[in-house]
Amino acid sequence: MLEINCPYCGPRFETEFSYGGEAHIERPKDSENLTDEEWGNYVFMNSNTKGVFLERWVHTSGCRRWFNVARDTVTYEVLAVYETGSKPPKLDLRKDV
Amino acid sequence: MPARFRLTEGGRIDRSKPLSFTFNGKRYQGFQGDTLASALLANGVHLVGRSFKYHRPRGIMSAGAEEANALIQVGEGARTDPNLRATQIELVDGLVATSQNCWPSVEFDVSIVNNLASRLIPSGFYYKTFMWPASLWMTYEKVIRNAAGLGKAPEGPDPDKYDKTFAHCDVLVVGGGPAGLAAALSAGRSGARVILSEQDAQLGGGLLSEPDQQIEGQPALEWLEAAHGELESLENVRVLTRTQTYGYFDHNFIGLMENLTDHLPQSAKPNNLPRHRLWKLRAKQVVIASGAIERPLVFSDNDRPGIMLASACRTYVNRYGVKPGGKAVVFTNNDGAYAAALDMHRAGIHIAAIVDLRAYAEGPLTEQARDAGLRILDGHAITATAGDKRVKAVQVTRLSDDGESAKAVGEHIECDLVAVSGGWNPTVHLHSQSRGKIVFDETYACFVPGDSAQASTTAGACNGSFGLGACLSEGHDAGLTAAKAAGVKSRKKGSAPQAENRDFLPARWLWLVPGDKPLGHGGKHFVDVQNDVTAADLHLALREGYRSIEHVKRYTTTGMGTDQGKTSNVNAIAIVSQYFGCPIPEVGVTTFRPPYTPVTFGVFAGRDTGDLLDPARKTPMHALHEQAGAAFEDVGQWKRPWYFPHEGEDMHAAVKREVKACRESLGVMDASTLGKIDIQGKDAAEFLNRVYTNAWLKLKVGACRYGLMLGENGMVMDDGVTSRLGENHFLMTTTSGNAAPVLAHLEEFLQTEWPELEVYLTSVTEQFATVSIAGPNARKLLNELTDDIDLGAEAFPFMTWRNGTVAGIPARVFRISFTGDLSYEINVPASYGAALWQAVMTTGEKYAITPYGTEAMHVLRAEKGFIIVGQDTDGSVTPFDLGMDWIVSKTKDFIGRRSLYRADMDKPDRKQLVGLLTDQPETVLPEGAQLVEKIESGPTMAMVGHVTSSYHSPNCERSIAMALIKGGRARMGQKLYAPQADGKVITCSVSDVVFYDKEGERTRG
Repeated sequence: MLEINCPYCGPRFETEFSYGGEAHIERPKDSENLTDEEWGNYVFMNSNTKGVFLERWVHTSGCRRWFNVARDTVTYEVLAVYETGSKPPKLDLRKDV
Repeated sequence: MPARFRLTEGGRIDRSKPLSFTFNGKRYQGFQGDTLASALLANGVHLVGRSFKYHRPRGIMSAGAEEANALIQVGEGARTDPNLRATQIELVDGLVATSQNCWPSVEFDVSIVNNLASRLIPSGFYYKTFMWPASLWMTYEKVIRNAAGLGKAPEGPDPDKYDKTFAHCDVLVVGGGPAGLAAALSAGRSGARVILSEQDAQLGGGLLSEPDQQIEGQPALEWLEAAHGELESLENVRVLTRTQTYGYFDHNFIGLMENLTDHLPQSAKPNNLPRHRLWKLRAKQVVIASGAIERPLVFSDNDRPGIMLASACRTYVNRYGVKPGGKAVVFTNNDGAYAAALDMHRAGIHIAAIVDLRAYAEGPLTEQARDAGLRILDGHAITATAGDKRVKAVQVTRLSDDGESAKAVGEHIECDLVAVSGGWNPTVHLHSQSRGKIVFDETYACFVPGDSAQASTTAGACNGSFGLGACLSEGHDAGLTAAKAAGVKSRKKGSAPQAENRDFLPARWLWLVPGDKPLGHGGKHFVDVQNDVTAADLHLALREGYRSIEHVKRYTTTGMGTDQGKTSNVNAIAIVSQYFGCPIPEVGVTTFRPPYTPVTFGVFAGRDTGDLLDPARKTPMHALHEQAGAAFEDVGQWKRPWYFPHEGEDMHAAVKREVKACRESLGVMDASTLGKIDIQGKDAAEFLNRVYTNAWLKLKVGACRYGLMLGENGMVMDDGVTSRLGENHFLMTTTSGNAAPVLAHLEEFLQTEWPELEVYLTSVTEQFATVSIAGPNARKLLNELTDDIDLGAEAFPFMTWRNGTVAGIPARVFRISFTGDLSYEINVPASYGAALWQAVMTTGEKYAITPYGTEAMHVLRAEKGFIIVGQDTDGSVTPFDLGMDWIVSKTKDFIGRRSLYRADMDKPDRKQLVGLLTDQPETVLPEGAQLVEKIESGPTMAMVGHVTSSYHSPNCERSIAMALIKGGRARMGQKLYAPQADGKVITCSVSDVVFYDKEGERTRG
């Protein structure tokens, strides 16, 4: 079970959180002008990264706030936790993954 | 009278406390401090079970968690556990134990014919034989499971209590042997918060079996007592004995099961204690000091009762004061096993011979044995064994120089015990579970921990350091390092306890001991005794083309089952490597999976059983519904009245009466469970405009509007009525079961996509009680209960709400309807819910007011063709599929909008919501029934859709149904058929989905 450091509440067990998939995917504002495929990519397609992945979590059983996590999908190591809407922190990606 | 094989003195048992127990119905006696295994051996009982596949007689082979043979059923009736290892069951007065996997008895087992026919049961036999025809697999499986059963399930609900607890610590030390004790001491002394877990009832590990060891110049057991005392005295150290660390998960999350009362007789179990406790532990650092397990040798017929691990013999003699036999042969490939020979010799067991695979037997212990005059046959092997329910003789033969073959003729040595040692395997299970690397150690020919993947270290025998001195110093260092890494500033360091450092080398690695016959032709070289896997089975799998060790494991089942290959893994890997002629590391290791030893189901359930399994949500009027005799149904976690039967009424009659009342006079229902979300903020209207498919900006204060919510994929997610309470204030309602997901959906978009909107969401479902009155007399009733709300049709029209007082209670009254009749929903603060309900019931008597439940509500709304999200939709249904184009705005964006205009949405064969009328008006279609255009003779008929809702409608005086049908709206009047499981066919025709009051005059009346 992961331990996730909620930026608002501190470290808590994974069971308090819900997963929100890949982070930094912006909802298209001009969906009108998108092809079916472009829109379909937005709705259905996420990347399945091996290694460092930027993803969204929400503290469902706590403050109910959304935030972003940089997590290594191989080791499950949580490398950084940062607020929704902010840029991902610079990470030391020299780790062998 | 002491049992026959009990020593008169020595051991850590209390001879003044005799305990009585039964095994397979027969009464025996043991002592306080015994395990079931040691007590049985003291009574000369070796035969304890039958093997998994061949039903061969099996005895106790070990003295610890690695036991693969002596799996025992303990207890009776509801209080019983299967698959317990006799070597770990603490003896308790009155214990009832039985053998598993034998019928009719362990002494005479019918399935032993499997052994005679074993040439016909090679590896993969079940896969090869029983996979065809697939339809018979269910039958085969029952027979196989009966023949190979591993114990029985309890006959009733578990009467015991179980608990769970969370804990955090700086340093978890797994294992209370010398390395673990040293680690816990050094970490504890430095001030770290330490938990020390030990699966045994006592701390000490191997020291308990080796009382002649010295630590710090004193007898090891004295040092142990002092160490234990110091740990107990440290406030920052918690010692958990009888606690198995069963799993190592992500982020140093560790699962432990503490056994609190199994070692007490039923009458002495304290009421306040649970039977087992699950520890969910997050440790900053973990020191794994889990020791090592002795490895058996793989030789011909090495599974007979009386053939045991040499270290286990030592444990029985030294710890339990038990002679595991009268006349022993020791069979070894290393110096370490000579300690067992010497201890047994001193205890009065006749050592018939020490058979040593090494060409020349040497080493410090070997020399002691020589000095003691024990007979050593080096360069020899046991090539055959005899004895059915107990080993009675072995054949000892000189080995060829390369160890590949043995001379045909050998010496016949009679014995009743064979003590075997093939070296030692570090218990790397937890390290491997933590995703730590495992590497092969050439010196000791075993797998040892490599790099850690998490914040953990290994120490002692678990780390491949077998000498006592090394265990103590590694443990000491690991404890200090872990405490420091956990951020503890050390107060004092101290030095490691000193002891002699002696391992079990020299040794000779001969993985497959030749027999007197070729492999697979008489005589079985067991690798995995629990799963009855032999060396010949492994060879067969390799001949058949298996290469990956993971595949070999699954195909032959070696290393599977409750023991997870504790004694078999390395031997299997080595035999595979030999077959290929490649080094062992190239074969690799199979994955070690949790649990290390089986964990009771009860401990995972803990207190979350029965009423505590899931919260039950009850409305403020619940007690009144109970008094009225309501039948309840579960809607999510809510308990909702389903129907209110009068005396003598069945459900059908009650629902019919309730439905009629709503159309003819007055019905009342408790609608408090509807999800309610309070929405405030200056952008509230804009927010609703984005989450609902229809327009919300111009909704007037005082008005209500029905809304449909989609997922971004365009599929219907929820619906409900939302009312404008003020310029920047709305009250949203959701379906009862969907309130939490809808709130989460709204919060997600608000926080992640539209943070610029100023909107605040609050769940107020439980703050309000809702009484819904419906029927032609609804207005008359409300008129009697309020004097400050103008109920005139123009003053208070349909789809509006008003503030006021109802029955003297401040209320919001909404004129909305889910029944299709004149209806009001009265919201009052939850604490007034029961009072309002009572007032409505009393005042409504003159209108024969009738409480109705969810079933009547479903019928009423189906008569009107109103959908229930989740019943008439299933996550693949768009508003257009429902024929609700009118609610989809074409002039604004909303969640899911773009998905509605994908090319796929125009397909003419999309399933659309329609009505169905059966040809026989009294026949009610089953919900879920599949519909076809044409009845074929075979079972593959092209399905065109399915029934989503179906009822008898008292107001239409016939059955009605809603269904999702491919291209349904173009099929009006078409005949469709619903073939039933019993062969009958229900014929129906497609209709409009509104069955009653199509113009909606009653609602607006």
